[in-house]
Amino acid sequence: MSWETVIGLEVHVQVNTRSKAFCGCATDFGAEPNTQTCPVCLGMPGQLPVLNKEAVDKTVLTGLAIDAAINLESRFDRKNYFYPDLPKGYQISQFAIPLVERGHLDIPTPDGEKRIGITRIHMEEDAGKSLHEGLDGVSHIDLNRSGVPLMEIVSEPDMRSADEAVAYLKQLHQLVRFLGVSDADMEKGQFRCDANVSVRRKGEPLGTRAELKNLNSFRFIKQAIEYEVMRQIEIIEDGGEIAQETRLFDSAKGESRPMRSKEEAHDYRYFPDPDLPPLRLSASEVDAIRAGMPELPGQMRRRFETEYGLSPYDADVLSTTRELAGYYEALVGAHSADPKRCANWLANELLGRLKERGIDIGDSTVTPPLLAGLLDRIADNTVSGKLAKDVLDAMLDSGKDADTVIDEKGMRQVTDTGAIDALIREVMDANAGQVEEYRAGKDRLLGFFVGQVMKASRGKANPDLVNERLRELLKG
Amino acid sequence: MPFTPLHAWKERLDTGALTAVDVAKLYLERIARFNDRLNAFVHLDAEHVLAQAEASDIHRTKHGPRPLEGLPIAVKDIFCTQDGPTQCCSHILKDFHAPYDAHVITLLKKAGAVLVGKTNMDEFAMGSSNETSVFGPARNPWNEDCIPGGSSGGSASAVAAALAPAALGTDTGGSIRQPASLTGIVGLKPTYGRVSRRGIIAFASSLDQAGPMTACVRDAAMVAAAISGHDPMDATSVADAPDVDWLGACEATDMRGLRIGRPKEYFVDGMHPAVREAIDAALARCGELGATIVDISLPHTEYAVAAYYVIAPSEASANLARYDGVRFGHRNQAPDDLFDLYTRSRDEGFGAEVKRRILTGTFALSSGYYDAYYKKAQQVRTLIRQDFLNAFETVDVIATPTSPVPAFRLGEKTDDPLTMYLSDIFTIAVNLAGLPGLSQPCGFADDLPVGLQWIAPAWREDVLLSAAAAFEAASDWHARKPEAFQ
Repeated sequence: MSWETVIGLEVHVQVNTRSKAFCGCATDFGAEPNTQTCPVCLGMPGQLPVLNKEAVDKTVLTGLAIDAAINLESRFDRKNYFYPDLPKGYQISQFAIPLVERGHLDIPTPDGEKRIGITRIHMEEDAGKSLHEGLDGVSHIDLNRSGVPLMEIVSEPDMRSADEAVAYLKQLHQLVRFLGVSDADMEKGQFRCDANVSVRRKGEPLGTRAELKNLNSFRFIKQAIEYEVMRQIEIIEDGGEIAQETRLFDSAKGESRPMRSKEEAHDYRYFPDPDLPPLRLSASEVDAIRAGMPELPGQMRRRFETEYGLSPYDADVLSTTRELAGYYEALVGAHSADPKRCANWLANELLGRLKERGIDIGDSTVTPPLLAGLLDRIADNTVSGKLAKDVLDAMLDSGKDADTVIDEKGMRQVTDTGAIDALIREVMDANAGQVEEYRAGKDRLLGFFVGQVMKASRGKANPDLVNERLRELLKG
Repeated sequence: MPFTPLHAWKERLDTGALTAVDVAKLYLERIARFNDRLNAFVHLDAEHVLAQAEASDIHRTKHGPRPLEGLPIAVKDIFCTQDGPTQCCSHILKDFHAPYDAHVITLLKKAGAVLVGKTNMDEFAMGSSNETSVFGPARNPWNEDCIPGGSSGGSASAVAAALAPAALGTDTGGSIRQPASLTGIVGLKPTYGRVSRRGIIAFASSLDQAGPMTACVRDAAMVAAAISGHDPMDATSVADAPDVDWLGACEATDMRGLRIGRPKEYFVDGMHPAVREAIDAALARCGELGATIVDISLPHTEYAVAAYYVIAPSEASANLARYDGVRFGHRNQAPDDLFDLYTRSRDEGFGAEVKRRILTGTFALSSGYYDAYYKKAQQVRTLIRQDFLNAFETVDVIATPTSPVPAFRLGEKTDDPLTMYLSDIFTIAVNLAGLPGLSQPCGFADDLPVGLQWIAPAWREDVLLSAAAAFEAASDWHARKPEAFQ
């Protein structure tokens, strides 16, 4: 019996505006509780919301990037429920007419690209935070987050596996960061995901879905979905039925538990917020936002392949974030002779070393001009590629430039043929037997001689020259 | 002397005949003498009033007078003020002190006004008689056994008995005009979006509008001029609203060329006969002043009350959700759990009428009922708005009774919410359509004042004021004062 998994995702993305969605309060993460609040986001009597234009523009930009329709007239609704961290007793959201509708995102799968439909993106405000930990039987409320602008990005139920769901989320995560509309730091709750999961036998209509909440890392999302799929298949195969319910994933236990059933679901009593007139945009405003669209990851990937001749893999790696791509382009600008060498050294050498040290590319002491300086020394044979890796380590540790490191450590490559010939003669004298064998036709001994000469030079001899001179001198 | 209108006080202050302190003392004395009988004020800080008056006199000496320099104005307990409590006459906001002034309060202060206390009102402005106030009802100066109307009953009572020369009220379904009518004063509800709602405790956001309650038309114009204007911090305050020559409009002394619509739906069975007679007489007087009276129809009028009692409670059910005992206001001190904290705090904090409307609104918005109630009511609202637009193609202004009956006795309708709701039958459609409306005295029924309501197209408060000023100049109803408070 072949089972098919059906997944739709709702992603809450914090829009990185300077101030909150409906008041002037700051949105900085980690401030002292309740210091970034005002009568508006505290829900005080008589206070009124005023919409943040920057949040609108960034939501429109996101909509344009997923090729969606922008509703020139959208509406804000009140979503009513009681919770201590929801000061007004309702959340301002968009229910009936969202700002963005009908877009899509293409994700990589083992079978090639797959198009995932995006139903809508609507604007809403975040709630505050209830704090329970370390408090003896009481709860505290921090309303710094109350009123922070969010985009809720709702996908079609187009994903068929946990891996596809993760691929979609990674693609979306990369997109919003590229667009500069969100920092999307998952640990700070700036990119949060709920998953609607159901299973069915192939060809059958959609099964009953469960909604999984609290999925706050790519790893947990995969775990939670896979656990849920197994759970549902087991129930059905045992002759049971799936209950439509909301389930909370417990990442510590790797399992989920019911949070509320369909019967317990809130009736949010949505209605148009009378404090906010409909949001109207002109076509020219939307065009102006479109004109400011940065290059998107997919476009950049393709350009890297054609313009710099990179492999699809390298192009993909280097277009992961805007910072990394920017570093690469600056590097190519300073070392234009060989974009591939730039890609190799950035993707294979520098990134790994930065990761080991826990440093972001943007904070690297080896800046693009410094790395280009090292690549120049490789190109002009001052250092071998092998030694250059040691030079890079030293540059990272000391912050010095390549030439300084090479000189200090005496790593300058030996390109003087006289000096190399002298080394070769020493090696030949010490290995007369092998010289005989080579001359008798055992060609593959050349590698042995190269190794011996390089060793004698403590790695500094230019390998090409060593090769060339060896062939000459071994002839006798 | 105490019944001196606002604009006459201004003249006397500006000529130096009197100081703001003199005027403030006069009214403070009257409040001390009469408020026990009327219960018009629910909060008063006499020292603070005098301090404002002194500051005003100093400002006048140093910089010259501002538009309302030294003039005492009372405000309804629904306006947030940094000074003193703002309680909306509800137990749930007992001793609540707002850390901010409502925008209109800021504007009044900037215009030099001296703010006098907080006036009584129906709890959260929900009522038509001022009887739902947690502080007990205000009373009608014309007959202390009668209600002053509501919800701005305290403001109406205070102005009618000259405990203040002017007051601010708010009007969601008639809460300025109906009490003005029942107490024989002038009440103006501006066009929706003319006056900022920021800092005014919300009842029904799409209907609420603040406005003046005064002894005469010119006074209403003076106060309206001071509190009007765009507020960028209120998204429903209209940025490019056409401005009005408020005081110039009050110079009118005749009605030549004015076409007055008389909607047949506003002259119904069940109206008090003396109210009908007073309105008929008033319209005849308008004819003599040169106006043409045109019979018109506003066909969807009969649905206005029903639509209002869906829309207003729906909005209120959300607006009042913030009073949950968590952050401010009344909180039950021994709840079993979170749910219990909510239910007990709200049960203890809200009165019966407020609960009734929260329940009504919650029901109307519930899944499965939304289309039948809220959505249908919004459709009715559109039709009512269209009725007025159609009417204003043939008339310049509409005249109706403000209330079908004069003030009723305390307790007469408290057990019958539906009859109480019908008190606003003639005022509600104006809020649903967002139009400006004004009530002015035009006669008596059973020795109680009768009000004439004027309704104009949006942003045409000048038309209202001109018609009302001309009528006032040709009549003396506004000059009648309750004898017991002379």
